[in-house]
Amino acid sequence: MEIRLNVNGKAVAVDVPPNMPLLWVLRDELDQCGTKFGCGAAQCGACTVHQDGAPIRSCVTPISSVAGKKVTTIEGLSPTGSHPLQLAWQEFDVPQCGYCQAGQIMTAAALLAKNPNPSDADIDSALDGNLCRCGTYLRIRQAVHRAAELMRTQSSNPLRTTAGK
Amino acid sequence: MKSMKRRFFLRVSAVAGGALLIGGGEEAAAQPTRGSRQPGPPILPSAFVQIDSSGIITLTAKNPEMGQGIKTALPMILADELDADWKLVKVVQADLNEAKYGSQSAGGSRSTPNNWDLLRRVGASARLMLVQAAAQTWNVPATECTTDLGRVYHRASGKSLGYGELAAKAAALPVPDPNQVKPKDPKDYKLIGKSLPTVDLPAMVTGKPIYSIDFKLPGMLYAVYEKCPVFNGKAVSANLDEIKALPGIKHAFIVEGNGDVASLASGVAIVATKWWYANNARKSLKVVWNEGPNAAHSSVVYAQKAQELFAQKPAFAIRKDGDVEAALASAAKVVDVKYTFPFISHAQLEPGNCAAKFENGKLEIWAPSQTPGRGLQMASQALGLPAADIVIHQMRTGGGFGRRLANDYLVEAAWIAKQLPGIPVKLLWTREDDMRHDFYRPGGFQHLRGGVDAAGKLVAWHDHFVSFGEGEKFVSSSNIPPAEFPAQFVPNLGIEATLIPTGIPTGPLRAPRSNSLAWVIHSFIDELAHAAGKDPVRFRLDLLGEPRVVGKGMEAYDAGRMRACLELVAEKSGWGKRTLPKGHGLGVGFHYSHSGYFAEVAEVSVDDQKRVKVHKVWAVGDVGSQIIHPSSGINQVQGAVIDGLSEMMAQEITIDKGRTMQSNYHQHQALRMKQAPPEIEVHFIKSNHPPTGLGEPPLPPLLPAVANAIFAACGKRVRTLPMAKEGFRWA
Repeated sequence: MEIRLNVNGKAVAVDVPPNMPLLWVLRDELDQCGTKFGCGAAQCGACTVHQDGAPIRSCVTPISSVAGKKVTTIEGLSPTGSHPLQLAWQEFDVPQCGYCQAGQIMTAAALLAKNPNPSDADIDSALDGNLCRCGTYLRIRQAVHRAAELMRTQSSNPLRTTAGK
Repeated sequence: MKSMKRRFFLRVSAVAGGALLIGGGEEAAAQPTRGSRQPGPPILPSAFVQIDSSGIITLTAKNPEMGQGIKTALPMILADELDADWKLVKVVQADLNEAKYGSQSAGGSRSTPNNWDLLRRVGASARLMLVQAAAQTWNVPATECTTDLGRVYHRASGKSLGYGELAAKAAALPVPDPNQVKPKDPKDYKLIGKSLPTVDLPAMVTGKPIYSIDFKLPGMLYAVYEKCPVFNGKAVSANLDEIKALPGIKHAFIVEGNGDVASLASGVAIVATKWWYANNARKSLKVVWNEGPNAAHSSVVYAQKAQELFAQKPAFAIRKDGDVEAALASAAKVVDVKYTFPFISHAQLEPGNCAAKFENGKLEIWAPSQTPGRGLQMASQALGLPAADIVIHQMRTGGGFGRRLANDYLVEAAWIAKQLPGIPVKLLWTREDDMRHDFYRPGGFQHLRGGVDAAGKLVAWHDHFVSFGEGEKFVSSSNIPPAEFPAQFVPNLGIEATLIPTGIPTGPLRAPRSNSLAWVIHSFIDELAHAAGKDPVRFRLDLLGEPRVVGKGMEAYDAGRMRACLELVAEKSGWGKRTLPKGHGLGVGFHYSHSGYFAEVAEVSVDDQKRVKVHKVWAVGDVGSQIIHPSSGINQVQGAVIDGLSEMMAQEITIDKGRTMQSNYHQHQALRMKQAPPEIEVHFIKSNHPPTGLGEPPLPPLLPAVANAIFAACGKRVRTLPMAKEGFRWA
């Protein structure tokens, strides 16, 4: 059946079974492979995307449930790859294998859109569902703080436009 | 460490567009013998360095990248010797060609030590040729020329030329003997030791399709592979017609397999237009399996068997120094305890996958392998194809940890692709496939007896290790090396073993053997320190003794390097100098593995409900004279600490009726961010030794450091892993 949704600002229509997870629609139907498959069971967070600005696990989200919704993936977080989180991630050389990082960044982006000055505990709590098998948590935490700082010092907040409600 | 005298050779050629290509390799005679390569003719020349006429330098990253940072570190070595401008450097991943590049495996923390000398000489040779080309152009002595940031300078005349302008001329010059080329004095390094931007970092944070799982080709079909839940069981029949009628399904067939789970286990392949259709069809799949003899295996039986075996004499000796029994009998204090550790899974985040295409008798593979050379040989054997007809492209992988030393996903993908000539196929496992069909870190059981004399000196050590294997042959990664510490440091020491047969596949996992043995050994040393009434750091320093190298060849252990790490970590952590908050404890551990020396201290608190908080970890390592990329180096150490904590608390693979009972991260938990120590302080001691790897050696000491800190905090000894089985959990 045809399902319409908005992915990264573009209207798309896909003809897939309604129970196909959003993850596989993104990766295999729409060729947006930045969103990763790690567990298929909402255990690792590698597949995190935004649905109308809120972080969701696309691996357990049937495509039918996002019909008519706005989905943002790592590819759509910023048009030039210069979202404060993406800059901070590079500044702190966060990743090792990097496979979880799109999910980490998307979860962090949703946090910062709601909470521009998160504490360590806020960050830990928001990112609790995002595993980093390589163990880069300390740098992730630092980079989220740094991104928050970058956003506070910027006149315009790109999150509010791409991931806000 | 056994050091092999190495000789290298280079060849240079000009290509269209005025490029300089520098190839190099180690002569085959000096090649390490392990791996699949047969000793043969010298390695053929290859391209490590390519300089185009505009000055852009393309450097080859020869080894698999799985998060250890080698795709940045190895090209940095080339670039530094070359005096390249890193801003003009492009790094490309090499395809598999070990004849051209030398060994391309990533494992055992060997990528750095195996390539350090080679790549320095390749880089230095290229630089020398560019200098000579400039000198000839200007008609000045080469010795008057200098290089910096991709240019050759003649200061006296004020002339300079960019590498791009010199490339064509340099390529026509005779090739220097790399063994005569003098690499830089380390004080002149401009890139090595700097945290340059990691290759692929912008792609990682913007979601570019750079991983193996992301690789696509036009017309690609997607496959899943259902294997028997019991290891090495065989698929007898399946409802294939029903499966083939499901949406999106193009093919479904039984694969007989070759009886070797490391190569091609039997199973059912389902191939679809998109992966989800193939995987969804598994819900309808009904397979009749012949489970085979492994269905009788279970973890409970192993544990019972181990207790029975502890009551008997060990089956065989691994090491016998002095007279252990006499020394124990006359010791002032004896400690007699048992330790148990479980099977665990690699659980790297990107599940097993591989793309393959078979066309006109040739097989092309895109693989996330740590040992692509072995993968090629295995595919060749399993499919009956000449190795020369197989090409392997190396893909960036979402974590390795040793899982991708095996090539089962590669052989499965190749086999499926061979059934569908002309069609590219991508095999992707689910997390459940990955966790249930791993080559696990083997569990083990240890009965330790140790004795200290009246002066508190360790005089006797006996280890009865109940592990897995047949007779005296251990299964992969389940052995204890005869020189394992404290062997060579205790006068009366015995290591004996008894093996339990197992059908469960085992294999190396980050710091194989050390990841469990270090915990047992350094926890037990801590018990002995307390029995002796000595400070745990003091007891260990006394055990190490004076700085010296103990043992020879592969058994060499540099007590001086370890002492330095231990002394510095004690200093940095304020060992014995600080008053700790109530309920806090400090614990220490050290371990030598994979050519690296590490000592670590953990500060831990434990509440009355056995909730554990790791407040801080201090790690001090000596992996030689250079930390090529410090940011990546620190990241590896911090990651190893986190990984070690994951292994301690909640990771366990259990077997029942020959099946793995865990299937996903909820049952085999990795540490979450809030459980991570808020601080992990890392220090490197730069000793006068060639640089070695960092992927593995920081992990092993973490476990005993934390276990010993728990004892210091609450008086409870952790003698069983995962700790959750003893009622501990994270605060």
